[in-house]
Amino acid sequence: MSLPVRVGTLVVAFLAVVGVAIFVVIHYFLGGPPVVDYSAGVPANAGRTVSVVMQEDPQNSVSTHPDWVSYFIQSPTSHQWVHTTLFQVPAGSRINVTILGYDGCTPLRNPFWGKVTGTVGNVVHVNGRPVSVLNSWANCAVGHTFSIPGINLNVPVASPSSVQANENLCPTSPCTSGPHTVVTFSFFTPRQAGDYFWQCRIPCGLGYLDGFGGPMQTIGFMTGQMEVVS
Amino acid sequence: MATTGDTAAPAAGRREPSHGWRLFAIWLVIALAADLVIWFVWKPHLPPGTLSTSAADQQFDLAVLSVIAAPVMIFVLVYFSYAVIVWRHREGDDEDGPAQFGHTGIQATWIIGTAVIVLSLFVFGTYELISPAGAGAGEGPAPIWTPGGKTLQVQVIAQQWRFTYRYPQFGGFETTQLVLPEGQWVQFNVTSIDVIHSFWAYQLGVKADANPGVNNVAFTKPTHAGSITVRCAELCGLWHGSMYDFGHIMTKQGFEQWATSTEQKLAPATKLLPKFAYTYVPDANGADGGYYPDNVDPYSNVETYGASTTQS
Repeated sequence: MSLPVRVGTLVVAFLAVVGVAIFVVIHYFLGGPPVVDYSAGVPANAGRTVSVVMQEDPQNSVSTHPDWVSYFIQSPTSHQWVHTTLFQVPAGSRINVTILGYDGCTPLRNPFWGKVTGTVGNVVHVNGRPVSVLNSWANCAVGHTFSIPGINLNVPVASPSSVQANENLCPTSPCTSGPHTVVTFSFFTPRQAGDYFWQCRIPCGLGYLDGFGGPMQTIGFMTGQMEVVS
Repeated sequence: MATTGDTAAPAAGRREPSHGWRLFAIWLVIALAADLVIWFVWKPHLPPGTLSTSAADQQFDLAVLSVIAAPVMIFVLVYFSYAVIVWRHREGDDEDGPAQFGHTGIQATWIIGTAVIVLSLFVFGTYELISPAGAGAGEGPAPIWTPGGKTLQVQVIAQQWRFTYRYPQFGGFETTQLVLPEGQWVQFNVTSIDVIHSFWAYQLGVKADANPGVNNVAFTKPTHAGSITVRCAELCGLWHGSMYDFGHIMTKQGFEQWATSTEQKLAPATKLLPKFAYTYVPDANGADGGYYPDNVDPYSNVETYGASTTQS
């Protein structure tokens, strides 16, 4: 083998190894879902109000796991739905949240999480009606929850009636039509910057151990982080 | 074994000192000083503190073990240092050392000494498990070491990724707050409704695995007011590292007030809870007290869970 061929082979092999390493780093370590920024242009600790809009869907046709339930977050600038569970909000602000509940019901394993905590007035408004406790075992009331343990926030997200949901589930994500509830509530962010994980407490990871695997343990689906910036 | 004063060849022109007594004297002074420092200076700062009987007992146990272990370790280090300094090779000394033979006294002392230490620790350790009712550890569903008298029942329910606490003697309310009274024995009934967790109340000296379908009982008696850090000590999934909270110990009167007011405040949510049980089976066929009723498939795509089929 001539010298140029040997050198060329070495260079190609080197580049292949570097390429694989870069792919692994980007794909597995840096390739998380995007962060929706609700803090841009909003000064922290100024008592301002920010509106966050989300939806939870019965499936996820935009990912490699189409049968996983998932949250989506609406971009405040483009108003496009983003497949992520990471969002950024300013510290010391009031956050008005709207969650569109497109998924059908599953009972809470621990009905304790049917109680609303951590919101302004300890209530949520379900289709405009104030509610402080939702019984997930009555009238198929709850689809998922939005819970941030670090600030003691727990919101059961009401589902559309079981009959509606079971017969007419929104077929593609992000959902734009189909039976759904509109759940609204407000809470205040801490005055200090920090990351607060949030999760769903309904065991909606079908096919996984106790329903708490798959989307329940994967950022971008049913759990994520609220990044409070100051 | 290195040479001793009894077997060392006498150096020309001078009498060989008694190395055994020298070693003993050095060891005694250092070991005594170390034990005094451990007991009077270090012990008050040893974990997990003195917030409960089990924590104080664990602190005492650690101090006792340290006081026993320190002289043993110091003996090894003193002997090693003495040998390096005194019996080191000297310039021009090319003679072989003296022949070594067995020494019955040293061997007997070593065997008896170590046997006494180990057996004493065995008896001491067993007594320490019994006297504070299990020393704060999970004893399983049928504990053999229990405190006498009435205990405050607190159920610890672990779930990804939060502990909740039920107080069956106060209407069975459930809360995310762990509040305990001082001066009263507490019985923790620890269970899980999903994967394996571990309830670790650090300042109380309490640690008990939380397994689904198992009631793991641990006892402790808080001794004075203070704060508790509770952590999950079993890798349990994505947010395991965030599974912690803080509890409080208050006066008996303060606790009674808190418990009764919380019972009233949480009454609407308590109505939703299943009947109190020591375990809650996390599957569709949950038995008595299960968090899912019998014969219900929570994942059914046709089940209406009480909804009227005529509902629009």
